[in-house]
Amino acid sequence: MELTVLDQNNDAAAAAAGGCSTGSCGTTDDQMSHLPDSIREKVENHPCYSEEAHHYFARMHVAVAPACNIQCHYCNRKYDCSNESRPGVVSELLTPDQAVMKTKAVAANIPQMTVLGIAGPGDPLANPERTFETFRRLSEEAPDIKLCVSTNGLALPESVDELAKHNIDHVTITINTVDPDIGAQIYPWIYWNNRRIRGRRGAEILIEQQQKGLQMLVDRGILVKVNSVMIPGVNDQHLKEVSRIVKEKGAFLHNVMPLISEPEHGTFYGLMGQRGPEPEELQDLQDECAGDMNMMRHCRQCRADAVGLLGEDRGEEFTIDKIEQMNIDYDAAMQTRKVVHEGIMEELHEKQEKKRRLAAVSVSANDATPQANTRPALMAVATSGGGLINQHFGHATEFLIYEASPAGVRFISHRKVDQYCIGNDSCGEKESALAGSIRALKGCEAVLCSKIGYEPWSLLEEAGIVPNGEHAMEPIEEAVLAVYQEMAAEGKLEEPQPEAAVSQTASA
Amino acid sequence: MSLAIVDSCVNCWACYDVCPSDAIYQSSPHFLIDTKKCTECEGDYAHPQCASICPIEQAILDASGMPVNPYGSLTGIPPELLEDAMQEIQSR
Repeated sequence: MELTVLDQNNDAAAAAAGGCSTGSCGTTDDQMSHLPDSIREKVENHPCYSEEAHHYFARMHVAVAPACNIQCHYCNRKYDCSNESRPGVVSELLTPDQAVMKTKAVAANIPQMTVLGIAGPGDPLANPERTFETFRRLSEEAPDIKLCVSTNGLALPESVDELAKHNIDHVTITINTVDPDIGAQIYPWIYWNNRRIRGRRGAEILIEQQQKGLQMLVDRGILVKVNSVMIPGVNDQHLKEVSRIVKEKGAFLHNVMPLISEPEHGTFYGLMGQRGPEPEELQDLQDECAGDMNMMRHCRQCRADAVGLLGEDRGEEFTIDKIEQMNIDYDAAMQTRKVVHEGIMEELHEKQEKKRRLAAVSVSANDATPQANTRPALMAVATSGGGLINQHFGHATEFLIYEASPAGVRFISHRKVDQYCIGNDSCGEKESALAGSIRALKGCEAVLCSKIGYEPWSLLEEAGIVPNGEHAMEPIEEAVLAVYQEMAAEGKLEEPQPEAAVSQTASA
Repeated sequence: MSLAIVDSCVNCWACYDVCPSDAIYQSSPHFLIDTKKCTECEGDYAHPQCASICPIEQAILDASGMPVNPYGSLTGIPPELLEDAMQEIQSR
């Protein structure tokens, strides 16, 4: 069985291959490696695009854009909250002036910060003066920072010229549907040409504007990523078509995210009891879309004012009060940043080289054990970064999920365990953090970590998940493959997945 | 003749940008409308702009004190159909 290594793809090959289908993605955990070289160079230091890079490079969002021109049923316009971590939520709004000051302060203090995004809490392009003033000044005063923006797309066509003037790395458009009837179930109204337009007609205009804007950006050579929120029973099946269409139009990456709809967030969906997808439903959809499109698998769905590495938020260190006290010499900071960025890129390239060598080793190891027809198995990994199994089970706030199969090992997704609960029926306040962790691992057959306590050990075994601390400090893919081979050797892969570990929706 | 913003306002700024008369100003605990400047958009637009973009039901009152966007008008679900809609959504 040969591993498919897609690292060397050129544009033509990537187009011909049409992305990678389920189970044939090779050993990479890195979505960037599926991209053509020209795009990869543009995004390789972007923490949001690479499970690898996000341990090294940081990002920040500045909340300069409060107003919005549409209503989405998954959004609550009361965004002012410091205790929630999800898109659209911020603690303090900034003026463009404050945003520039904050960006420079963060860039000087966290030299790994490469990317500045404007993502709300409203729609950035519905706040054109505040958004573009921020971009214009940062392009001039901090030219070493990449800029990006996300939008619902309604005001995108009229904004493309202005976007093209600045140092905009890429634009993210949230496209949840291309069908106005589905759109009417997601967007109750839009504000368009000085009127509120409701229902299907509003959704139809929004969809037209999104598609037009996408085309215009691609024509200008600006990278476009598409975000979609997976809403069970509304657009879940339809997102495969969305994926195909946006790929055809030239979007370089599709990020299908789960609906977050806790009632306490006060969104329409939350209050009405619309459920979010189970992790396996999300994964199945991402796999199905992957036949057509480069999929993004490690989005952390961060706040609209997040600061720091993906999955962390150092916003508290950079409140307006605090940055006003800081004295930033940005020219000096830029020199330090350059050295830091070069160092990180060198380290990352070395790691990629090492991974390539490992992939070659895996191919020969692979020949020896699992049969070509052994079933795939999911495993969870506790890691604090660096591509190693190096985190205690009890310290993990999220797990990386890998799938091992005869085709190799591939990164599937991450699952959070303590920031918000991932289910909607059986998980209430009484549920302990441990039970929450075990729920998050549903569908996995093993969990690899550096260490694990006695209590979780037995609870995991009861749940049909084999705890494994034998591969501490080893590279993730190598360890996952080794465990898979052990499972094959023990004959476990000839049996169906143990009952307790099988979820309601997983077909494996 | 003036509209008014009341305390269900969530301070989202949307109305501030679209008012043709610069009648809306930031205040605490929420935005307010300067009654001397507000024209209800007469002569400028067919509908008052603040009430056409406001995302919160009941947050803007017309000159007679009635909500321009009453309950159910922005979700698209009239209050009497809320139970049915909820059941349908929960069966997804």
